Amino acid sequence: MQQIEVSEIMSLIKTHPIEKKSLIPILQDIQTKYNYLPGIALTTLSKTLDIPLIDIIGVATFYRSFSLQPRGEHLVTVCMGTACHVRGGPKILEEFERKLHIEAGETTKDGQFSLETVACLGCCAIGPVVVVDGHYHAQTTIRNVVSILKKYKKNEKNDENTQEN
Amino acid sequence: MKTLKKINSIDELNKTVEAEIQRRRSEKRPILTVSAGTCGQARGSLKVIEALENVVEEKNLKDKVKINVTGCHGFCEAEPNIIIHPHNVFYQHVQNKDAEEIISDTILNSQIIERLLYSDHATGETAQKEEDISFYKKQMRLVLGDNSLIDPTEIADYLSIGGYRSLSKVLSTMTPEAVIDTIKQSGLRGRGGAGFPSGNKWALTRGAKGEKKYIICNADEGDPGAYMDRSLMEGNPHRVLEGMIIGAYAIGASQGYIYIRDEYPLALKHITLAIQQAEQLGLLGENILGTGFNLKIHISKGAGAFVCGEETALIASIEGKVGTPRQRPPFPAVRGLWKSPTNINNVETWGNVPIIIDKGAEWFSQIGTNGSKGTKIFSLVGKINNTGLVEVPMGITLREVIYDVGGGIPGGKGFKAVQTGGPSGGCLPKEKLNLPIDYESLTEAGSIMGSGGMIVMDENTCMVDVAKYFLNFLRDESCGICLSCREGTQRMWEIVKNISEGNGKAGDIELLDTLAKAVKDASLCGLGQTAANPVLSTLRYFRDEYEVHVRDKRCPAGVCKELIQYSVLEDKCTGCLACLKVCPSEAITGELKEVHIIDPSKCIKCGACFEACNFDAIQIE
Repeated sequence: MQQIEVSEIMSLIKTHPIEKKSLIPILQDIQTKYNYLPGIALTTLSKTLDIPLIDIIGVATFYRSFSLQPRGEHLVTVCMGTACHVRGGPKILEEFERKLHIEAGETTKDGQFSLETVACLGCCAIGPVVVVDGHYHAQTTIRNVVSILKKYKKNEKNDENTQEN
Repeated sequence: MKTLKKINSIDELNKTVEAEIQRRRSEKRPILTVSAGTCGQARGSLKVIEALENVVEEKNLKDKVKINVTGCHGFCEAEPNIIIHPHNVFYQHVQNKDAEEIISDTILNSQIIERLLYSDHATGETAQKEEDISFYKKQMRLVLGDNSLIDPTEIADYLSIGGYRSLSKVLSTMTPEAVIDTIKQSGLRGRGGAGFPSGNKWALTRGAKGEKKYIICNADEGDPGAYMDRSLMEGNPHRVLEGMIIGAYAIGASQGYIYIRDEYPLALKHITLAIQQAEQLGLLGENILGTGFNLKIHISKGAGAFVCGEETALIASIEGKVGTPRQRPPFPAVRGLWKSPTNINNVETWGNVPIIIDKGAEWFSQIGTNGSKGTKIFSLVGKINNTGLVEVPMGITLREVIYDVGGGIPGGKGFKAVQTGGPSGGCLPKEKLNLPIDYESLTEAGSIMGSGGMIVMDENTCMVDVAKYFLNFLRDESCGICLSCREGTQRMWEIVKNISEGNGKAGDIELLDTLAKAVKDASLCGLGQTAANPVLSTLRYFRDEYEVHVRDKRCPAGVCKELIQYSVLEDKCTGCLACLKVCPSEAITGELKEVHIIDPSKCIKCGACFEACNFDAIQIE
């Protein structure tokens, strides 16, 4: 795992006003940068903003977009919105779980993929929707789960705007 | 972003708006309007835009055609779609390979490309123009309509359709009290769910004691299946901002927040850009248009918690705390953000404000019903032909929305229920299709207006499964403060889960009913108070379906995994091996051109074979 320096965290914190209300925006920046909230970041934040560590952990575990564990290289998010649900979203999730050998909320052993769910992405017309690293896959079927994964496994620098019909 | 010259007075703003309107009028080139909201982009609209731009570049046609990249046109099913102004020719499912033909045939030779036209699901007739498409005919697109006219990243485009004229009118001719009276008279009610009269809310905040006052735009659109706020922020962010600026003036607020969902990156980008542009033009900031009125608008990003759509939880979240609701009163109008009077409205509510100011309260109040005025945007999704965002006058019936606008249910399937109001709402059956859509009627029928999700379900949808789905969502999203909600949603979920797995027993349905009512009565915030609605409404209208699950251990819709079995219909199977190849558990055996067999002991009921079969030979029972 990469070594994280306090100075790195500090320079990130300093882009925000040093006050208690900056907590969530700073956590969001840390999450974006490291893909999770490293322990050292939370202790540094606690000292700098003068917020008890327990309260920071409270916030970090309350909101869904924060993770205390490192996430995989690729983030697969399966939409569990109502429209996706009635169109078979849960079956797509199960197929990802089978193919990756992990459950939703977990990361593969090789650190390549994290699998997560989201309540709704607001793209209900094109459901079931799967987002991998910010790229939307429309009208996913059980059958194209494998091809979606293959794309990211093989060609990791794939930055095409993807369409899966 | 180009630097904009600051506007220093109302007079200057009027002149700028007039100049931009003239600029739009003098545009003689046909305009190719490509929708590029999140859905459009996911369907490849960016590639279409690139292809169109390449053709224009190669053929040197810049003075013959203009390409306008806009937000969502509402007709998500038809994405990526293009509207060609001035004649409103509507092309659907456009691909990048169509670019050359669109330019050479339609733009240069005025020829219509038949294959790209929309054809009606019922009649099979094609429609050339946007207004001829059944999806748009019964709509009244007051708030969303301008999405297809403007580039949301250009404030000048918003000005060119008369944008910020309402702000000019307010600042030059109206007192704050007069603005509030206008909103009151219009009958506008909150579009986020509860339907509180907006003018009254504004008056309360204005009248509350406190030097500093805040306004908040609730853009934490958390209801699964609702995305009208996202679309408005992506496609017309300045309309929302203009509404907020007018509101802040009326209320006497100098600070504003937009609390936006983290899951909406494009909306966040566009609204952030809109704030920057408005600041540069002098429509936000200190001494706006030289009137002495100040307003600063901040962005606050949500971090993924459904309960933060509740106003007191949202305020806690902006303050940097865990997003849990608190007891009301005091209401935020009296004691809100940083303990100051705060007015919270939803995105769509703010988006209505400039229209009311522009056209007048009387004009607005003539649209809709006695108690519900204006239009409402719904996201019409699920098992429906014309999926999309529809804006209709209040009072229209569910039937009109689902069949006339939505084009009915795909695949000749029967209608079963429509779910409105998100996890706080309910499922309404066929008998309620003639219900007029307004706040009161929906509540009476056991659902709510909510933020406007409308999920259509066909005969293949299991209502026990739907109740289970919402309970699972709610038990996960319950913040945990109230025991009734925290434990109640969990227990209700367990009971419904048992029923769906064939482990239901006599008395379960009655227990569920009692528990649901207790959760409703004993919870603090809207989430808990309405958490029982999905259960109560499905029990009210689909009780027999629960009973079949409990008594006969059967799922009539063929959804609940533990109660169904997959098998091959011998007379339909052609022996093509398609199902065999996709089966992840090697449960299917058979040779080419021979009937295949599914081994129920190996089958994991994933549905892959059902999806793969082209001959309807897989049976679920």
